[in-house]
Amino acid sequence: MNQQTWVTRYASWVVNHPWWVMMLAILVVMAVASGAKHLTFSNSYRVFFSADNPQLLAFDALEKSYTKNDNVIFILTPKDGDVVTDSTLKVIQQLTTDAWQMPYSTRVDSITNFQHTEAFEDDLIVQDLVMEGEVLDQAARDKIRRVALQEPQLLYKLISAKSDVTGVNVTLQLPGIDPVTEVPEVVNFTRELAQQYRDQYPDIEIRLSGLVFMDNAFAEASQNDMKFLMPISFGLMLIMLALMLKGFSSIVATVLVVFGSIVAGMGGGGHLGYPITPPSSVAPPIILTVAIANSVHILVSFLSQMRLGMEKRLAMVESLRINMSPVFLASITTALGFLSLNFSDVPPFNHLGNMAAIGVVMSFFLSMTLLPALMSVLPVRVKVDKNGQSGSVVMARLGDFVVRQRRWLIWTMTAIILILIANIPRNELNDVFVHYFDESIQFRADSDYLDQHLGGLYSIDYSLRASDIGGVSEPAFLNELESFAQWYRSQPEVKHVNTLTDIMKRLNKNMHGDDPAFYLQPDSRNLAAQYLLLYEMSLPYGLDLNNQLNVDKSATRFTVNTHILSSNELLELEQRAAQWLSDNSQAIATDGGSGTSVMFAHIGQRNIQSMLIGTTLALIMISIILIFALRSFKIGMISLIPNLVPAAMGFGLWGILVGEVGLSLSIVAGMTLGIVVDDTVHFLSKYLRARREKGLNPEDAVRYAFTNVGYALVTTSVVLVSGFLVLAFSNFYLNAGMGMLTALVILFALIADFLLLPPLLMKLEEKRR
Amino acid sequence: MIKWSTLLLSLLLSTTVLAETPQQRGLAIATAADTADNGWGDSSATMVMTLRNRQGDTTQRKIRNRQLEVKGDGDKSLTIFDSPNDVKGTAFLSHTHATRADDQWLYLPALKRVKRIASNNKSGPFMGSEFAYEDITSQELAKYTYSWLKDEIYDGRESHVIERIPTYKHSGYTKQIVWIDTTMLQPLKIDFYDRKGALLKTLTSHEYQQYKEKFWRPGRMEMVNHNNGKSTTLSWTDYKFGNGFSKRDFDKNSLKRIR
Repeated sequence: MNQQTWVTRYASWVVNHPWWVMMLAILVVMAVASGAKHLTFSNSYRVFFSADNPQLLAFDALEKSYTKNDNVIFILTPKDGDVVTDSTLKVIQQLTTDAWQMPYSTRVDSITNFQHTEAFEDDLIVQDLVMEGEVLDQAARDKIRRVALQEPQLLYKLISAKSDVTGVNVTLQLPGIDPVTEVPEVVNFTRELAQQYRDQYPDIEIRLSGLVFMDNAFAEASQNDMKFLMPISFGLMLIMLALMLKGFSSIVATVLVVFGSIVAGMGGGGHLGYPITPPSSVAPPIILTVAIANSVHILVSFLSQMRLGMEKRLAMVESLRINMSPVFLASITTALGFLSLNFSDVPPFNHLGNMAAIGVVMSFFLSMTLLPALMSVLPVRVKVDKNGQSGSVVMARLGDFVVRQRRWLIWTMTAIILILIANIPRNELNDVFVHYFDESIQFRADSDYLDQHLGGLYSIDYSLRASDIGGVSEPAFLNELESFAQWYRSQPEVKHVNTLTDIMKRLNKNMHGDDPAFYLQPDSRNLAAQYLLLYEMSLPYGLDLNNQLNVDKSATRFTVNTHILSSNELLELEQRAAQWLSDNSQAIATDGGSGTSVMFAHIGQRNIQSMLIGTTLALIMISIILIFALRSFKIGMISLIPNLVPAAMGFGLWGILVGEVGLSLSIVAGMTLGIVVDDTVHFLSKYLRARREKGLNPEDAVRYAFTNVGYALVTTSVVLVSGFLVLAFSNFYLNAGMGMLTALVILFALIADFLLLPPLLMKLEEKRR
Repeated sequence: MIKWSTLLLSLLLSTTVLAETPQQRGLAIATAADTADNGWGDSSATMVMTLRNRQGDTTQRKIRNRQLEVKGDGDKSLTIFDSPNDVKGTAFLSHTHATRADDQWLYLPALKRVKRIASNNKSGPFMGSEFAYEDITSQELAKYTYSWLKDEIYDGRESHVIERIPTYKHSGYTKQIVWIDTTMLQPLKIDFYDRKGALLKTLTSHEYQQYKEKFWRPGRMEMVNHNNGKSTTLSWTDYKFGNGFSKRDFDKNSLKRIR
């Protein structure tokens, strides 16, 4: 055939000019890999949202009208179990002052600098709840405790109900010019400050949380994955290669191909300006895993030709002749599968897909250039055994079994597949974003602690609008606001509600000589507006109302802190609140809840919808390629079954075993599609070669395919499954879950290719006869 | 009279040239500025405050302001709110002091009562603007310690650049850098540094006019907050001097009579 002479000529040229080829290959790798210098570890939760994500836009608008939400919280737990002691209050006071030194800080809130207001005759006294230098006798401490625990702005926000845990909350305005340095700057400052206090006050435990620490945890998770997963993958690869190839030169050549593919994938990402995020940080082990296969296919053929007594260079030419088109097909389909991730609404998955695709393409290129060139100069010693079978005995037996049991196999496999498919609906789309990080990441442990004792990291933010400028002072608005706050406070998920009405009630009481009967909303708009004016005039720097009121006082920010909730629970709570508002309010207008938690709650749903399109498109393209490559419409369509069934089986078993599908699992179907296709392609191309070139009947063609490619498929599947299982060690749940499900799907793909595809082929051909 | 003060001024300035330390020179410039603005007696003006947030939303407030010069202590000031409507008639009286808490009273028409505000705080935002109360009250010499940094041309004008550090413990700032016009002896620009020493806000004063051939007053002040991207414009009109105000117009009991 024309194409084969072309391949043969190319292969001969490569093995005869190895040094030139190697140099060229290395130059290409270096050009692509040079982009690696642009790579940075992203440390912002915002990278998970595309620029046009509606929840992100809404949140940005809210932060622009009020103030930014970025924060750091020090969680202080005195070992004597009481926060309101002379010594601990002094520490809180000092920490409040010192925390002002944090880079980008705009506000520091603690129980000590809380602006307590009280009336004394016609005086309104506005001062820190714990005054500097104040001697705190029993009476003073009792008062502080009483005020703090009765103050809705403090209880569950900055002090626990048992007054055994307290928080010092620092609000930050990160300029966002260079997030790569800004977040670590804050984190390092905070950790040093905390350590200083731990050393100085060993009787107080200090934990750290807040959005900036979450941002940082993303970077730490990526770095951990890079640091720990890569060596495991690499070690595993060496073991596998040693078992499969049994030759030093082959192993060296494969390692070089894999290494080149990885640096190209990462460097390509750098050229494209991608940051490293937890999802894209697993690109190296993924590239490694899928890149091995190409080299292994070529080397296994090469070595078996040599074993049959062929000269080294001729053996390589023959191996390329046999393998170039299936390896090319496998690479292009794998790359397409990864490219389908571009449809994801979550940019880090786009990055992962493109980096992996570049790596896969590079591994094909290197397998066709560097690998044969290297092998032709490296020493290769093989025991010649001219009578030896080129295939495996075990595989021949398996082929026989499948041919004989084909009817029984079709029905059993169909039954198993249907049962698993029936369980797909058991998967519930659900995510707990704080739990993306496992307990080995300090942020997770500290945030769980925060969640148990104070209002946690989860919040729903509202901008609640009144009818006109200054309208927040309208009694109708304030009364509805108060009812809304009370409704939220009665919900079991809710820990804390921050509302303007708490300030209003307090001021109204203060202005009526601290008479508790006036702990109500002011009854006229003018009065409320004048209270606000008065209160604003008396607040110190950084503790103003800008975080709760917009400039023309036509809207107020309303913040609900909840327990750590799953995305479904959070959306459901927000839905209930929306319902309550539509049933009960006339004066309040709102675009609904917003904030980090809400954004993460929506993203899973959005991602599934966008990935559904991406996966379908990849499936169509891959199928068209297969139809052309296999030169048969019918066989191409048949191949759809073993290509689709593994993902369906994987999700079905996942539904039985786990039942929750998070953000990252929606990319598995598209991504694995390109990988599982490879098995099908290899099997079908051998089958068709036997039918067309050797004129074998379907049964013998199946046997031929098993004998010739069965072993290679098992080994590559073992490599892939174990490679993706390595990701299960990630301390970032999105990666761990994705790795496990992918491994499962690849395993099912092998089973489908061995036990379902051959019986289907034979059944099809039976009908034709 | 004018000649006399000019003489005094140049005398002061010439001593500053002789003075070696930047602290002495800074103090001398501040003293000169303080002296140059001495003797205005009382004044009144109308102010329109325009608040702008990062989104570009704006809102306006209208305020009348009356001031009485007090020798040896902070000045007395009375602020009457004309708009928005719901705070119309609210009046704020303050007896400022350089290094201790101001005495402050507020008359709330909705409550028909005068309330004294007992608080150390002067650093909070004035009416939700980017101006802190301490930015717009009288600038007594004793409010800061001074240090001369350099002379330079700012915005086409000869300026002294001095650093001043608030003496009041509860100030919101750690330092301010002030560009003082060498002829008007009035600030053209002030950079405010927050508690961690980072640049927080910048105030620029524009459209200066001289009243009674002596006292320079800005027609417009622009405050930009570098932190949150918000800004506030103060536009001053109707400056009047010699209104004949007395101490009685600036005591607690006067508040209820204000119109």
